[in-house]
Amino acid sequence: MSTLHLDPIRCAGRGLCHEAAPELIELDEWGYPLLPGGTLRAEIGPDERAAARAATDACPVLALHIERSARRALA
Amino acid sequence: MTGRLGVGAHGAARTLAEHQRQHGPLPAVDGPRRGEPGGLADEVERAGLRGRGGGWFPTHLKLRAVVASAHDTGPLRRSRKPVVIANGMEGEPASGKDAALLASSPHLVLDGISLAARTVGATDAFIAVHRGSSLVDGLQAAIDERDAVGMDDVAIRLVTPPARYVASEESALSHWVGDGVATPVFPDRPFQRGAAGRPTLVQNVETLAHLALIARHGSAWFASVGAPSAPGTTLVTVGGAVARPGVVEAPTGTSVHDLVAAAGGATAPIRGYLTGGYGGAWVPADGFDAITWDPESVRDAGGVIGASVLWALDQGACPLEELARVTAWMAGESAGQCGPCMFGLPALSEDVRALAWRTTDDAGMKQLAERVRLVSGRGGCKHPDGTARFVATGLEAFPDEVALHLDGRCSVAGQRPVHAVGLPVPPTRIPALDTQGRQYS
Repeated sequence: MSTLHLDPIRCAGRGLCHEAAPELIELDEWGYPLLPGGTLRAEIGPDERAAARAATDACPVLALHIERSARRALA
Repeated sequence: MTGRLGVGAHGAARTLAEHQRQHGPLPAVDGPRRGEPGGLADEVERAGLRGRGGGWFPTHLKLRAVVASAHDTGPLRRSRKPVVIANGMEGEPASGKDAALLASSPHLVLDGISLAARTVGATDAFIAVHRGSSLVDGLQAAIDERDAVGMDDVAIRLVTPPARYVASEESALSHWVGDGVATPVFPDRPFQRGAAGRPTLVQNVETLAHLALIARHGSAWFASVGAPSAPGTTLVTVGGAVARPGVVEAPTGTSVHDLVAAAGGATAPIRGYLTGGYGGAWVPADGFDAITWDPESVRDAGGVIGASVLWALDQGACPLEELARVTAWMAGESAGQCGPCMFGLPALSEDVRALAWRTTDDAGMKQLAERVRLVSGRGGCKHPDGTARFVATGLEAFPDEVALHLDGRCSVAGQRPVHAVGLPVPPTRIPALDTQGRQYS
């Protein structure tokens, strides 16, 4: 289990995360990403890991990041 | 009503000599040791003091968090001495309590800053009021009085960030003190990385005044009045359709009825109350008079105590018109940092305006509800959430008026003169300018 985080101040609404992972990230009517659940963090299951990685890699302003459970324990 | 904080009773601001005649000298308190704050933090915990800025967060936890954060120097062993900021910005247009306190009892607040700074080991201390505030000269004079006798370990500096709604938010305030930009920061909280990356204690000025009294009189004295869940007294700004709108000091747990009575009583039949401010919540008047004014009781009754604003809407006012005016202003107060706020609040404001002007329909209402959902929980600060709650609770509190408007009618328009008391709404800003940061520095 890991968590996908969105920094709304960094996010510029380019929409590349949605293009990279439309099954995981929708866009709102203004072009800003909607994570599953509609907040700034979403729990990501093993099936969604690849999509979350694709969305994170696509963001040109580094507004998305994935926090792994193991890493959280070390923090 | 008891008056521990001396608000209003005095007229002019108390001088240092008058203040010390009444309260005695600044008590000596100890500083932090091994990652724990000085002993005043324990007394504050026993007192049960909670922050009066709006969040009602336990004050001792903030003191502890700042000291723990400063103690943790990290792998570079970088010294991070704490910063204390007293928040007297009072961004809520419907609130007047902090200004009333600073105008009457500046030294009680300044004592609180000094004691808090000592307790957490801060090496810099600030008090912030908004730029252009009428409090600036009096506060500077009070600070000069203290500097002349050298009574504070850490000299207190007065700062004046821009008078913007979100500039009062604690991360925005520490951002301004550190970098000169009064916009909210995400995701670090000030106690972790605040002004210039240092652990920063941001406390409302009223909270610090209570802290200064706890240092003198102890926790048992402090908690001898008020609701057990949030002891002590609290300043309440009572406004709207009351005979003497203004600031009342009352024990927490005082009934809404008694608060309204302390403001001279209602001048007209009350239709509903706005609680907490523009980021707060509306409640219908029915039964609310019996509710007691403490965070949990107000919340359970559907309100938000927030910055302790209680605003009475009379029957002669259209609540939807009030919603529309305030929502438009709140949209203009977006810092323009997050898309759902920058674009969502103006869109939501248009939906509310269409309802107020009776030019909407069921589809418009559906869009409004969808946008309330879309702007909530997606910002770097709580400005969009507060605005969404203001709108959503307004629609829930006044369903009859919503139904009338959807039918092209209004309970007020065309029947009576426009109501006497509307919510105070400062001039609306143009949010597009803010993306350059120009209105925030």
